[in-house]
Amino acid sequence: MPDTIFIRVNGVPVSVSAESTLAAALLAGNAPTIRPLCGMGICFGCRVRVDGIKHVKSCQTICRPDMQVEVDEF
Amino acid sequence: MSTRADVIIIGAGIVGAACADALSREDVNVTVLEATIAGSGATGAGMGHIVVMDDSEAQFALTNYSSKLWRELVPELPREVEYERRGTLWVAADEEEFRAVYDKAAYYGERHVSAEILNDRQLREAEPNLRPDLVGALLVPDDAVLYAPVAADWFLGRARQRGATIHYNAHVVNVAEGSVQLADGRTLSADRIVCANGIAATALFPDLRVRPRKGHLAITDRYPDFVRHQIVELGYLKSAHGHSNESVAFNVQPRATGQVLIGSSRQYGEQGSQIDAPVLSRMLSRAIEYMPNLRHLSVIRTWTGFRASTEDSLPLLGPAPGFKDVYLATGHEGLGITTSTGSAALITDMLLGRQPSIPLEPYLPSRTAEPAHA
Repeated sequence: MPDTIFIRVNGVPVSVSAESTLAAALLAGNAPTIRPLCGMGICFGCRVRVDGIKHVKSCQTICRPDMQVEVDEF
Repeated sequence: MSTRADVIIIGAGIVGAACADALSREDVNVTVLEATIAGSGATGAGMGHIVVMDDSEAQFALTNYSSKLWRELVPELPREVEYERRGTLWVAADEEEFRAVYDKAAYYGERHVSAEILNDRQLREAEPNLRPDLVGALLVPDDAVLYAPVAADWFLGRARQRGATIHYNAHVVNVAEGSVQLADGRTLSADRIVCANGIAATALFPDLRVRPRKGHLAITDRYPDFVRHQIVELGYLKSAHGHSNESVAFNVQPRATGQVLIGSSRQYGEQGSQIDAPVLSRMLSRAIEYMPNLRHLSVIRTWTGFRASTEDSLPLLGPAPGFKDVYLATGHEGLGITTSTGSAALITDMLLGRQPSIPLEPYLPSRTAEPAHA
């Protein structure tokens, strides 16, 4: 079983599987404002801010401990 | 096609469009023949940077004249053209390049082009995302950027309002004195013909020494204020004016949308339009060397285009060799957007028999003719 790690989503600690993509983790945790469509990095629907950097495709990003994620309404 | 045009312009890129605008303004009856759509060649593929260059007197004269003509148009340009007086920052990575900054400043100063030397601290303030150990830069504040295909469209719209006719899907396959032949077999006549179709000019003039020079660009998602000026490395000229087969140079531009346009690359040789991954990679690596934070940005699209390049890096403006009333307006390499206005003015002056504002000789196609043999 993969480890559980903590990331922060809009400041709130969230426990996620260490090997999941950020998009999967956000969807499992009910982050209502991401709308991934393709799951493969080409639709731009899953973009979030990660560690201060905008327009990161969450479906192409693997969760890391202490990752700071901000989900904005676009 | 009932009315015989005074002038047929081949090509609705920025140069052809600017010619259509300039000529129609003088009550010349213009017909533009475009093989596909407006701006489909280098016009739609390039950076849209309006820049005064100092690499030769002839290049300076044409780019400076053209920049002034662009500035005169600013009050009339619609918002969609996205003309912005961003200025160019020529950045120096070491002391040798910084000495070149001083030379450049002197060159522009003597010719009354506004230019300001920035030291390392001032450069960091002007552009926080540049790597902090750059030595300084030359700021040319009156240089600008715009969205070239929209500008071409705007020129064409103005020409149309004055009675010009523009035909799309009109592919010219042959040019003769007084007439052109289209791929569909139709022949159109005009007193004068201006060939402004970029690299496609070599299909009409087989001896023309214009080579396609492939370039890559990348555009990012929206990161407003990531970069504020057009930033170019001083080594850019080595890339542009060298004739090595493959070179890259750091060149970035902020777009009105907040996107960052990243260039630049140059390649000679038969090339398809597909992305050349090693060249793109070298180009992006070079850009990241100068702006390390670029590596975090999301690139949404990459593409290529082909510049019309000549041996002496100057465009061909004037009668085509062997022709009397057929003119060339091509070979603009990476300065087509900048010099479209000046090119159009010079072509108009030539066609109307007027005194041009700058000497024509450096751009005349006859300069490339083989000397007569005894």
